[in-house]
Amino acid sequence: MRSSPSAEPSTILRFVLNGVALQESEARPTTTLLQWLRRRRHTGTKEGCAEGDCGACTVAILDPGSGRWRAINSCLVLLPMIDGCQVVTVEGLASRNGLHPAQRAMVQAQGSQCGYCTPGFVMSLFEACYRSDLDQPWKLDDQICGNLCRCTGYRPIRDALASVAGQRPDDRFRAASAPGTSGAGLRYEAGGQRFDAPTTLEGALALLRSPTVRIVAGATDLGLEITQRHAHPPHLLSLDRIAELRGVAFDGDELVLGATTALSELEDATEDTLPILHRMLRYFGSRQIKHRGTLGGNLCNASPIGDLAPVLLALDADAVLQGPQGPRTVPLSSFFVGYRTTALEPGELLAQIRLRPPPDSARLGAYKVSRRRELDISAVSAAVQIRLDDQGQVTLARLALGGVGATPLRATAAEAALLGRPWSEESVQQAAHALDQQLTPLSDPRGSSWFRHTLARNLLLGFYEETRLQPFTPLSGRHTGTLILSPGDPR
Amino acid sequence: MSAVGPALHHDAPHESAVGHVTGRARYVDDLPEPPGLLHAVLVTAPMARGRALVVDAVGAGGAEGVVAVLTAADIPGDPYIGPIVHDEPLLALDQIGYHGQPVAVVLAEGRELARRAAEQVVVRAEPLEPVLGIEQGIAAGRFHTAPHTITRGDVEAALAGAHLLITGEVQTPAQDHFYLETQCALAIPGEGGSLEIWSSTQHPTEVQRATAGALRLPQAAVSCRVPRMGGGFGGKESQATQPAVLAALGARHTGRPVKLWLDRSEDMRITGKRHPFLGRYRAGFDADGRLLGLEVQLYSDGGWTADLSGPVMDRALFHLDNAYHVPALRFSGRVVQTDLPSNTAFRGFGGPQGIYVVEDALERAASRLGLPPEAVRRRNYYGDAPRDQTPYGQRVPGPPIAAMHDRLVRTAGLSRRRGAIAAANAVSRHTKRGLGLVPVKFGISFTASLLNQAGALVLVYADGTVQLNHGGTEMGQGLHTKVRAVCADVLGVPVDTIRVMDTSTDKIPNTSATAASSGSDLNGAAVAEAARRIRERMVPIAASLLGLDEGTSPTFRGGEVYGEGRSISFAEVANACWVQQIPLSATGFYRTPGIAYDPQQGRGTPFFYFAWGIALVEVEVLGLTGEHRIQRVDILHDVGNSLIPNIDVGQIEGAFVQGVGWLTGEEVIHGDDGRCLTHGPSTYKVPSVGDVPLQMRIELLDQPAEADTIGRSKAVGEPPFVLGIAVISALRDAIGAFGEAEAEAEVELALPATPEAILRAVEAQRAR
Repeated sequence: MRSSPSAEPSTILRFVLNGVALQESEARPTTTLLQWLRRRRHTGTKEGCAEGDCGACTVAILDPGSGRWRAINSCLVLLPMIDGCQVVTVEGLASRNGLHPAQRAMVQAQGSQCGYCTPGFVMSLFEACYRSDLDQPWKLDDQICGNLCRCTGYRPIRDALASVAGQRPDDRFRAASAPGTSGAGLRYEAGGQRFDAPTTLEGALALLRSPTVRIVAGATDLGLEITQRHAHPPHLLSLDRIAELRGVAFDGDELVLGATTALSELEDATEDTLPILHRMLRYFGSRQIKHRGTLGGNLCNASPIGDLAPVLLALDADAVLQGPQGPRTVPLSSFFVGYRTTALEPGELLAQIRLRPPPDSARLGAYKVSRRRELDISAVSAAVQIRLDDQGQVTLARLALGGVGATPLRATAAEAALLGRPWSEESVQQAAHALDQQLTPLSDPRGSSWFRHTLARNLLLGFYEETRLQPFTPLSGRHTGTLILSPGDPR
Repeated sequence: MSAVGPALHHDAPHESAVGHVTGRARYVDDLPEPPGLLHAVLVTAPMARGRALVVDAVGAGGAEGVVAVLTAADIPGDPYIGPIVHDEPLLALDQIGYHGQPVAVVLAEGRELARRAAEQVVVRAEPLEPVLGIEQGIAAGRFHTAPHTITRGDVEAALAGAHLLITGEVQTPAQDHFYLETQCALAIPGEGGSLEIWSSTQHPTEVQRATAGALRLPQAAVSCRVPRMGGGFGGKESQATQPAVLAALGARHTGRPVKLWLDRSEDMRITGKRHPFLGRYRAGFDADGRLLGLEVQLYSDGGWTADLSGPVMDRALFHLDNAYHVPALRFSGRVVQTDLPSNTAFRGFGGPQGIYVVEDALERAASRLGLPPEAVRRRNYYGDAPRDQTPYGQRVPGPPIAAMHDRLVRTAGLSRRRGAIAAANAVSRHTKRGLGLVPVKFGISFTASLLNQAGALVLVYADGTVQLNHGGTEMGQGLHTKVRAVCADVLGVPVDTIRVMDTSTDKIPNTSATAASSGSDLNGAAVAEAARRIRERMVPIAASLLGLDEGTSPTFRGGEVYGEGRSISFAEVANACWVQQIPLSATGFYRTPGIAYDPQQGRGTPFFYFAWGIALVEVEVLGLTGEHRIQRVDILHDVGNSLIPNIDVGQIEGAFVQGVGWLTGEEVIHGDDGRCLTHGPSTYKVPSVGDVPLQMRIELLDQPAEADTIGRSKAVGEPPFVLGIAVISALRDAIGAFGEAEAEAEVELALPATPEAILRAVEAQRAR
């Protein structure tokens, strides 16, 4: 039961691991769940990369909010973040009655060769067992795209997944519920480091006055600083438990997206209400990353290749910032002020994104090109919104891009070239030319300047082609590329 | 699941499948940590090339938890390792050979303490301008090897008389192994100066030998054990040795157990890759596309030390013919030395790089002659004498490839699909499809003939259960599953009564690496011999228990022994053997017969037999972004009489996808300073589930091996890797469709064929 928010915060971590209730008060707050597991001889869970890109460390947590099992990368989750959670690792699946269906399916399909990636795949299949929405072939790919296998070529693993997806076995996992927290927040200190998880916005803003504090949401980016660059931030402030920062809801005709909404929640919530965002989220990252990463984290990193920014820029979204002086609203286009720099003042945090969903008649597209379709960082990402009047003249043009400059940006010259013009291939060609003039992308290992220039231009041309028949197409198949210009594979 | 049916030639789950899915299967880093364990972290070179190296470890040595900081000066014995040439300093001596080269090892009470101390070690050297690619190495005159040359006939005359002469240059890329389990070793000091080393290695004997050399110990004082590997692919054939010997050095120095585990970033920066190759060729064809002469000069980037680069080049030369008869030829290859990590074995071992060259020549010939590429390939296959002689003079007996080609073309509907694709491409502006068909002939045996040997030790206990030891290592390929089935077949017992033991040099001495696709051929034959010896000793005992007449032999099957309509259990016979003082352990040994090669002459019989395969791939390319997807692949593969068919299918699928990764999404990038920029899966992209063909149809040829192999099976680990080349052929076909239909423009597609490379090729076609 949740007690009143004014209660004293807990100073001990409590969670349930494979059915056993545990407490922890000595591990440093920047200890990852994977490190903690392996040090305590739970060696079934493997480290393949410690950067959330291979999935060998996948475990499942029962999300206290949704009551659903979620596959996550234990290499990027900090131990205090699982306070109040139920955690299951590969060692906790089998029972006296034998293997769990996810395990049995992998054995039967010859889904393991060297076996090192297998525990991670088993946990992704475990989540799939209890999902009821894996109803399309592409969703099966999405479910395991965060797990790399170097041996099998994936076919047998995918077969195993298909055989268990949505099976919902009537077992202790289906009936499980998260132990939950005391509702009092967390104030955990160990090894000279501190981790706060307040339950109110006021509590968070008070803590944010400290000059050494850093905000953490899902830790899918901060976790890399810890595991790859060996940073040990002295004081972390988690926004995870502040209910008002999370969730998707309408406020009048405005859609309000809470900053700490996990990307997978956002994906579920926007399939019907904001399908263009849903489309970008498809190739945003793996299931594991989307369960932990948040809307606010992606925007506040202000990376030029954050994939949500172009979509929200193309939709003229506003950012609501909370600070000691109360809330203020800035257009998202003013939020990104420089390379990895935002308009947030010291003591402020991003609370919400607000926007008016475009009308059904608006032509919309969201694109991402990377070396690999799944779980990769964009060379270029783009989102487009075009509105026309009855005569077919452009009344609103938004073209937003990632990967072509120091920040996510609006291609204002191309937008201006389109405004008031007929929506035709000729106009689009002229806009593409204007786009070329405006952009100054760099060359790096993800793509040369030439590649990024050409992609930006071609994505605009492709958008024109794609929206000739209908204003928006959801990504509903296993398409060849980011533009849907062929029917795709229905299987 | 008691397997009472036949163990051989039937599907079976992986021997460790239940261990894999429950997390109970142990890898070296999962072993219980012995008391007093120290963790080792490497200090690595901050530049690609330097001299007058100075390592200052004063600060690090005094850091919290640090027990020792070891440098080359602390090695009591031979400071060099190397599988063939003894040229690789275990730790840097006075020079730096590549960016990331280990120069010191820090031993501390915990890994994090060791890592922090390693950051404090100061490495200074006088930097020199590094040589970072094949062309630079050639220009600098730096080579690891003298040229190896194979010739036949008068190639200049053949080229001069050709209807079509093609001059080409091919560059195939590096590839990181990306085994999911990174390099790891645990060394435990024992009694009397002995050492036990647990290593994730494909070559435990090499670890044992190198440790003995570096520590000045007799080999008998060192044992090396391998529980299993989380993938190897060649990356742990020679390069697991260095971490293992360094762990042993730490254990010897401190008298405490030492674990050396490389994290992903360290592993990718320190270890070598698949050799990039440069091939320059001239190919002459007649008007029908028949190859008349082929002259090829190969160069590979060996990196800073020789490692296995010589044999890799040899195998590349042996595979420049692929499945084609080349009447006149001159093939020559040389390994270039550069200031990069030492490139090493990787599935295919040079074979794919050699094959890519001749496939490039055939594709270009088809394009210039206006012929379908598959027709040009079909015309050039090995056939009846005299078209059955390889460039090095080994006969190809009864080449099955033309028949395999015809069968695949029929079952995959090639001509119908060519028509459908042409029609679809004609009306599609931005997406085009293409088809590519590529065969493979792959020579099976270590090309260093002496390595083709293996040993086994089978122990039967009085209750009828069995321990099986052999010299091969399990890295996921299913070797243990196969040899266990061989043993079960010979003894007539269920597979689950046989326990396959960790591979250990204290059970089987002087093993060869588990490599060259040879694991089940060699070890399977050795195990069969050991099991046969035991069975032969059990026969008279069983015959007497069953009351058989002299000269009547009992039958061993399914854990029972049958004769004269009666049966007794295998366990009863085993117990009776013990009672009657009959030994129930036996060793087995196998050497591959009849192989030898003379590199001076470029002539010989390096291979016991050839394995064959053929693939047809269909891709779709999105011309605006350079993205592609494999729509379908059909593969027909020759594995002889498959020992375990579903394991062979798994090898074929996995190798094909890995081959696709090599040529498409995977790209190893070094900076101008020689630093590896792609040292994690965030930047180095191996195929993921979405890169798998939407349809995969694998068929086994199901034809017994012509050679006397174990169960008349054939090796399967490497050959299907080559079939990934068919994706490039299909991509070129699709990209060509973006040009004018009549232009017959040859497609220039750089490797790896990333979206950027494909987009460039498409734009070039559209610009014509």
